[in-house]
Amino acid sequence: MKESWISCEEVITRLFDYLDREMDSDTSAEIERHLERCHDCFSRAEFERRLRERIATSGRQEAPQRLRRRIKNIIEHF
Amino acid sequence: MATGTRLKVPVSQPRERKEQFEKQVTCLMDRLYGTALRLARHPDDAEDVVAETISNAWKKLDQLDDLSRMEGWLFRILHHTFVSQWRRRQCRQDREVELEPGDNDNPFSLFEKLHQPFLLWWGAPEKEFMNALLQEDISKAIDNLPDAYRIVIVLVEVEGYSYEEASRLLDLPMGTIRSRLCRARSLLQKALWQQGHDAGLARCGGHSPGNTSGGDV
Repeated sequence: MKESWISCEEVITRLFDYLDREMDSDTSAEIERHLERCHDCFSRAEFERRLRERIATSGRQEAPQRLRRRIKNIIEHF
Repeated sequence: MATGTRLKVPVSQPRERKEQFEKQVTCLMDRLYGTALRLARHPDDAEDVVAETISNAWKKLDQLDDLSRMEGWLFRILHHTFVSQWRRRQCRQDREVELEPGDNDNPFSLFEKLHQPFLLWWGAPEKEFMNALLQEDISKAIDNLPDAYRIVIVLVEVEGYSYEEASRLLDLPMGTIRSRLCRARSLLQKALWQQGHDAGLARCGGHSPGNTSGGDV
């Protein structure tokens, strides 16, 4: 089987496509293989992954009681 | 009610349907509000988005025959509701969003500013920075993004939309979604770097954000 090598530069250029799962499975697997053997690219991918998780967490916020009462009132009138 | 079972909407039992609807809405309220707040920025506007979402969802509930799919369905309605309100506002203001020209070939990278390979075995400033970063810092950086960038990043990074789904929702070409996302990430990372620097978190990073070369946006 032909082993293809992807450069660090290509991995960094396509890192967000990889993290967003916006690439074909062959390229994704190639990047995964690269990350397994390249410490620098792995560190960067982990950093971006953790930052993404923190950004995703910002979508969780305790709803104010005022809003909960408002929604309850709206549903009662349906 | 056992989870994971298919819950057909009982059209002939409106009371039970209403109770199920209310139960699920109540469980999802924090996430609905959190997402609306990241999109709309201001608490009052976010509450209006959630309230309008619930009204719109109730009107369309007959279209949902499987209540176990209500979560994804409700969030799609929330995004549509916000985007409609946002477009109406844009029309009233009679102007398109003004976007700064950005250099997407050379986006700002927080990692590149923090990472120091020679410290490989003795420390990792990027990990320290991430650990010291407060959730409020991230929320503030997202909230300060211009609308067009903030919406794309919330859809893709907070809600997990694919580029194609974001493209359909916003009625924009995929290439535009991709370039706005790249620019949004660049602006967001630069804002986090600036905030971190101001708070003294980026001691090891070397340059101040105003003096960066190459990665400037």
